[in-house]
Amino acid sequence: MGLLFSFFAVAILGVIAFVGVRSIHLHYFFGVIIPYLAFAVFIVGIAFRVLKWARVPVPFRIPTTAGQEKSFPWIKSSKIDNPFTSFGVIIRMALEVLVFRSLFRNTKMELRDGPQFTYGSTKWLWMAGLAFHWTFLVILTRHLRLFFEPVPFFVEILETLDGFFQVGAPVLYITDLIFLGAVTFLFLRRVIIPQVRYISLASDYFPLFLIGAIGTTGVLMRYFLKTDVVGIKELMMGLITFNPVIPAGIGTIFYIHLFLVSALFAYFPMSKLMHMAGVFMSPTRNLANNNRAALHANPWNYPVKAHTYEEYEEEFRDKMKSVGLPVEKE
Amino acid sequence: MYNGGKILLGLIIFISLVTAPFWLSGKQATAKPDPKIDTPEILKLPESDRQCVESKAYMKKEHMKMLNEWRDWVVRDGVTVYTSTTGKQYTMSLQNTCMKCHSNKKNFCDECHNYAAVSPYCWTCHLEPKEKGL
Ligand code: HEC
Ligand code: HEC
Ligand code: HEC
Ligand code: HEM
Repeated sequence: MGLLFSFFAVAILGVIAFVGVRSIHLHYFFGVIIPYLAFAVFIVGIAFRVLKWARVPVPFRIPTTAGQEKSFPWIKSSKIDNPFTSFGVIIRMALEVLVFRSLFRNTKMELRDGPQFTYGSTKWLWMAGLAFHWTFLVILTRHLRLFFEPVPFFVEILETLDGFFQVGAPVLYITDLIFLGAVTFLFLRRVIIPQVRYISLASDYFPLFLIGAIGTTGVLMRYFLKTDVVGIKELMMGLITFNPVIPAGIGTIFYIHLFLVSALFAYFPMSKLMHMAGVFMSPTRNLANNNRAALHANPWNYPVKAHTYEEYEEEFRDKMKSVGLPVEKE
Repeated sequence: MYNGGKILLGLIIFISLVTAPFWLSGKQATAKPDPKIDTPEILKLPESDRQCVESKAYMKKEHMKMLNEWRDWVVRDGVTVYTSTTGKQYTMSLQNTCMKCHSNKKNFCDECHNYAAVSPYCWTCHLEPKEKGL
């Protein structure tokens, strides 16, 4: 259900761009207005959600940790998996963000012969996730050649490394292959493993299909249905200098690519893709576990009305004395 | 807001990064490449026939694919003559055909390639046309 819905949603998005550009010639709409709108929604939406999250109180350190907490000096503590200092937290965050450390610990649980559970490690999701996210980043960084003039030096370095095998012309980028392969794996994982399939919703399939379709149109455009890259760069430079121009001769496939990307950008702030910002704001990851060493006052504690013993004695001294109770101050 | 300083800092860094093209590209941004086709070999052609191997629009999009095909046809299949859609015949050669007409590599090929940040690796083996000055 979610699967078919998402599939057709993405297909319809593609058809909208195709018909809109091919038959109705809305080049300006799909080339200028939609990208601007999508980009605005992207920025404002992300800022909005991050600020909304920022207002949620974090009263206490939530130590979901995988290591020994710092305690006595003679007990060895785990400085990264259970960080006590900000430096430890930075290392833990860096490992989490750059190499998905907690996904690395992913286990699978199986009921094997006899009523016995076995746990085993599975690294496939971690590997495919890493491949997917890193190639996505490389591809986006390579795209910067369309948005900068002069093009920053690291873009050409990436292009050279990426086209290392010098297959064909235009050279085949290894990241394109890995990217599409990883998206396919992540999709098949959802369909083939029954437990994962059971918990998969349209909001899981839709981004996968959308990103897959973006990658596919990109690859089609680069290697098969060629378009005029110089014209596309003119269009992009027009957008970023707020002087939009629509050069003639850019193929429809580019507008489909751009429209799907715009859909992704606009969808981003209201989807699970916000984990991009969320990972930095996870309280289980970004707080040092110093609960035993520092006092973390609950911010919504109301001032408790206290009545100390001194005050009590002050109030009842006479009565206490009269029945012969001992008092501290005569 | 809790840890507001750090969150705002992160948000500002993120927004600056994604909007970088807007505020980093200056006047050069709108400069377009202008490949020159005023080489002696092209000027020798009659004005009515100053054409590339295929139509201009086709060449603009597909020249890398065409070169790739030429290379395969010549080196693997031993076919050396290309008949264009207009029926003209060309020897399939990077140095002797393309670069004979487009002997101004720096003002032609590189003009676009610098703009689109592509650096074809062909010239580590094939010879670039000799150009004066520049
Ligand atoms: C209209 C501008 C333009 C001109 C003129 C031009 N090119 Fe290109 N060329 C491009 C663009 C843009 C690309 C990148 C296409 C892409 O990334 O899909 C490219 C890519 C290539 C590639 C593939 C590069 C790679 O490694 O991916 C080769 C080879 C190539 N051009 C050869 C030439 C030669 C030789 C000339 C001169 C005779 C020339 N081009 C003139 C725009 C141009
Ligand atoms: C007979 C001489 C001749 C040969 C051979 C030739 N070209 Fe051209 N080329 C031209 C002319 C003339 C033009 C301009 C066409 C026009 O303006 O209509 C041109 C245009 C182009 C363009 C488009 C430039 C632009 O401004 O968009 C490219 C790219 C190109 N040639 C690449 C090549 C490549 C690659 C080869 C070898 C496969 C080649 N040419 C072989 C004469 C030639
Ligand atoms: C490793 C060195 C090398 C590189 C790099 C190289 N070539 Fe070649 N190329 C050759 C050799 C060797 C031949 C065969 C020459 C012959 O048989 O006369 C050849 C032949 C060709 C031919 C057909 C014959 C001719 O005279 O041009 C084409 C077209 C060609 N290469 C295009 C390219 C293009 C386009 C690139 C860059 C994308 C490229 N080559 C990169 C070595 C290279
Ligand atoms: C989510 C963002 C995007 C993704 C995942 C993506 C993906 C891809 C992929 C996989 C390719 C294949 C070639 C390559 O790897 O370079 C490609 C090509 C391309 N993309 Fe994107 N893209 C994105 C955003 C954009 C945007 C915003 C533009 C706007 C200009 C764009 C324009 C192009 C063009 C022009 C090509 C063809 C490049 C060539 O022929 O060399 N893409 N894209």
